Amino acid sequence: MIVTNIETVPGQTIVKHLGLVSGNTVRSKHAGRDLMAGLKNIFGGELTGYTELLTESREEAVQRMIDQARSVGANAIVNVRFSTSSVAAGAAELYAYGTAVVVE
Amino acid sequence: MYDLILFLIFLLLGYVFGQRAEKRHFRSIIEREKQLRDILVFSERRIPDAEQLDGSLVCGSVVISVDFFKRFVAGLRSLVGGRVSAYESLLERARREAILRMKEEARRGGAQSVWNTRLETASIYKGAQQSIGAVEVLAYGTAVKPR
Repeated sequence: MIVTNIETVPGQTIVKHLGLVSGNTVRSKHAGRDLMAGLKNIFGGELTGYTELLTESREEAVQRMIDQARSVGANAIVNVRFSTSSVAAGAAELYAYGTAVVVE
Repeated sequence: MYDLILFLIFLLLGYVFGQRAEKRHFRSIIEREKQLRDILVFSERRIPDAEQLDGSLVCGSVVISVDFFKRFVAGLRSLVGGRVSAYESLLERARREAILRMKEEARRGGAQSVWNTRLETASIYKGAQQSIGAVEVLAYGTAVKPR
């Protein structure tokens, strides 16, 4: 599965469009990470726990998008976009979407 | 009374550790930017000579929090309005760090340039009094390498 965020796949031509595919996930962090984040709010600096959490969730969202693309018979996803929104304090939704295509 | 003392301690801790952390972070950013200078990043969508290339998606993200002192200063600033330089440096650090992480991923994949780079900023931690608290910056793009 080739994933790009430009309109085409470099070096290959798109022979068929299969429409929009997307994947999302909502995650919240556990209390230990929350405590560390509270401390970091005083000292400043990177919230490593959150960075890891969001990276994991984004991988999960991308994986779900890939699974959906595979189920419609695509072999590439182009024009991928990400969006993050905080649904509640401490929980974030990660959303990935793109166009499933067949390339040759 | 105890509240005031606690507040002043937090302010002092935030000032001392926050300034140190920021200086260290900027030094590390500048150092790594030098090392990754050969990976070119473009926001251009069209890749010239795309026929001989292989592309794949790369991402880099970071969550950075502002310290207690800066949050207090920014709160004062919002009374009179104007430039909030405390948050400007926070966002600059976050963006440069995210782009660096994206470049690192591109290097691991053996790529030489990244195209159609997008930056996305989200405030993920709503602290007290509607303050920004922490921001997440995500940088993503298509890394290409010769086939």
